Amino acid sequence: MSKKEDFVKFDKVDKSYDGKVLVVKDLNLDIEEGEFVTMLGPSGSGKTTCLMMLAGFETPTNGEIYLDKHPISNIPPHKRGIGMVFQNYALFPHMTVFENLAFPLRVRKISKEDIDKKVDKALSMVSLSEFGNRMPGQLSGGQQQRVAVARALVFDPSVVLMDEPLGALDKNLRESMQYEIKHIHENIGVTVVYVTHDQGEALTMSNRIAVFNDGKVQQLSSPDKLYEEPVNSFVAEFIGENNTFAGEISDISNGSCKVKLDKGEIIANPISVKSVGEKTTVSIRPERALINPKDKMDNNQKGKIEEVIYHGDHTRVRLNLLGNSEFILKVPNSSQNLDIKLGNEINIGWNSRDARALDPK
Amino acid sequence: MSSETGKILTTDGIPLEESLKQAERKNKIKAFLLVTPLLLFLIITYIVPIADMFSRSIDDKMVTNMLPKTYKAMEKWDGKELPPEEVFEAFYLDYKILVKNKTAGKLQTQLNYEKNGFKSVLKKLARKQKKFEEGNYKEQIMKVHKRWRNVEYWRAIKRRAPAYTYSKYLKGVDMYSNEDGKIVQVAEDRRIHRILWSRTLEVAFFVTLFCFLMAYPIAHLLATLPMKYSNLLMICVLLPFWTSLLVRTASWMILLQQQGIVNDFFVWIGLVTDDNRPEMMYNKTGTYVAMTQILLPFMVLPLYSVMKTISPSLMRAGKSLGATPAVAFFKVYFPLTIPGIGAGCLLVFILAIGYYITPALVGGASGTLISNQIAYHMKSTLDWSFASAMGLMLLTGVLVIYWIYNKLVGVDNIKLG
Repeated sequence: MSKKEDFVKFDKVDKSYDGKVLVVKDLNLDIEEGEFVTMLGPSGSGKTTCLMMLAGFETPTNGEIYLDKHPISNIPPHKRGIGMVFQNYALFPHMTVFENLAFPLRVRKISKEDIDKKVDKALSMVSLSEFGNRMPGQLSGGQQQRVAVARALVFDPSVVLMDEPLGALDKNLRESMQYEIKHIHENIGVTVVYVTHDQGEALTMSNRIAVFNDGKVQQLSSPDKLYEEPVNSFVAEFIGENNTFAGEISDISNGSCKVKLDKGEIIANPISVKSVGEKTTVSIRPERALINPKDKMDNNQKGKIEEVIYHGDHTRVRLNLLGNSEFILKVPNSSQNLDIKLGNEINIGWNSRDARALDPK
Repeated sequence: MSSETGKILTTDGIPLEESLKQAERKNKIKAFLLVTPLLLFLIITYIVPIADMFSRSIDDKMVTNMLPKTYKAMEKWDGKELPPEEVFEAFYLDYKILVKNKTAGKLQTQLNYEKNGFKSVLKKLARKQKKFEEGNYKEQIMKVHKRWRNVEYWRAIKRRAPAYTYSKYLKGVDMYSNEDGKIVQVAEDRRIHRILWSRTLEVAFFVTLFCFLMAYPIAHLLATLPMKYSNLLMICVLLPFWTSLLVRTASWMILLQQQGIVNDFFVWIGLVTDDNRPEMMYNKTGTYVAMTQILLPFMVLPLYSVMKTISPSLMRAGKSLGATPAVAFFKVYFPLTIPGIGAGCLLVFILAIGYYITPALVGGASGTLISNQIAYHMKSTLDWSFASAMGLMLLTGVLVIYWIYNKLVGVDNIKLG
């Protein structure tokens, strides 16, 4: 069976609640069958609205959503066959875990033996086979979460939507659940559309990530590309940590450019700038700038250490560099003895390839 | 673990339980003092009146105290034939004092409850006894009225001998203990209380049902509307609640009477002809309409408070799992509102069962309830002991309903807010 490239397709979708403000603007998004796509963005960026439109709880103001090539705007939610995991699990508190899982099967009038079989299978998938007779209130947050996932999958939906499902869990549990959901996805190959505002979650789990801001998809690409090659300063800022320099292009040639800052000049990689005189924001990932580099790098600057914070596996160093007193460095915790002390001046170097000149903020 | 080692001790060697008790004693006393005013209030305004009502309902000392010599003399009388001379003499002496003190009227009324037609006989005796000569009172009394020769009347007096009686309760369910002391029903055309009891239950049941049917959608809307609109709707629900009960009932009278607004409207839209206006007041219809409207907030508020706690994502979850909106409603939403339904229905039913003003004003003859009968005996016949007995029967009925309800739904499942 070949995978359909545009299994879920948002086609020029607009959404407005009050007729004045567009919450989602001209959304075009193709999701491949079996893919794990995450919608990532700050709150109010329109990502949950997109999910609700796909689930059928909101109607697009304009445009159309296709599921397996069929337009679904006029299909009510219960006929779409889309599984959904809600933010607060939305387990039915008056039913046992078993009944919760059997609910989608019972409304589909599936025979009793099949229901038992499917529910058992789904429960063992999330390793909760023993808990069928418990009420949801007797389960821990993580267990409730797993029940919610199992319930969304038990009726073999073609697409499963997850709306910040791990938001209410503590950090350790959230991380282990991330892997669990990722493995379930890999094992059964269902298409997952996942909404979160936690970038770590998005990077860990997804095949592709759609970064939302202001009702628009800013960038849609794989996690590594998103981190390494952000296409604009919002994405660079939102995903991971980021050191920025605001300046003006003074020279541009051969795939590199010179950016004039208030104090000094750096060589950068022109991504969204084209001509001399344009304003730009240069973005450098903290781990791409090295202290006392052994290899030659085309940017070399001196900076003064203003703050040192010990983080266990690495040390965070805040420098004053070229007038930016918020320049962050991450120094891995190794046996190497670097002279990181408050007030010291140190040499910092980075390659112009890693200094991306993006749109001005 | 710890149970094996016996009593657990604190670091100072005092048993843990005792130490805990000591540490908590101050808090317990404080808590008790805080609830004392309420406790006293409840005892004075609730327990004491109910106890008084109960003693009043079974109290029959009045007749006993008015005829002390008679009852002493009657002790030996078996009640089969006319009593001996001593009883007649004792009765004459007792009655003479009553007439002299001008308290004979009370005895006449009381004995008339027991045996119809006693009043006129006693009144005649009151007039004639002044001319009685000493000795042979039996003959003299029997001469006053032929009914004195009827043993039934003497038995009626003897029946009132005990200081306590449950006859008022029997009367409440249209029964009495007859001359032989057997409990029998009153004549068919005089069984009014049973009709009232069943009507009261019927009205309370239907008012509860109508309230539920109307309140459920209102409460649902209240719980799901955005704050701006739900506040307005809440005020609409509460506004009648803040208006005087009497005013609301009176406005229903204006609306429902034959020349009233509702009837005018029916005529105007051509539903009924002008000379054929339906009677919507002074019958059960009026009671239903007015009581439903008045008790509606008591159903809306508990339902609303429960519905407010149901996450809207539950319905969405139901639909996303493939349930039609109707199935999702009945399988997911409705079961979760049962605590609110329980609280609302219990509240409305109990309020309706003892409702007084509204049925009195708009009920007419066929719309009066048991509470109106109680009021009637309180105010018109002055038979307070009967009113107390019926009031206690009503209270017992409510407690029984509460008990049944507890068995069916469970009081823990009631949510008032």
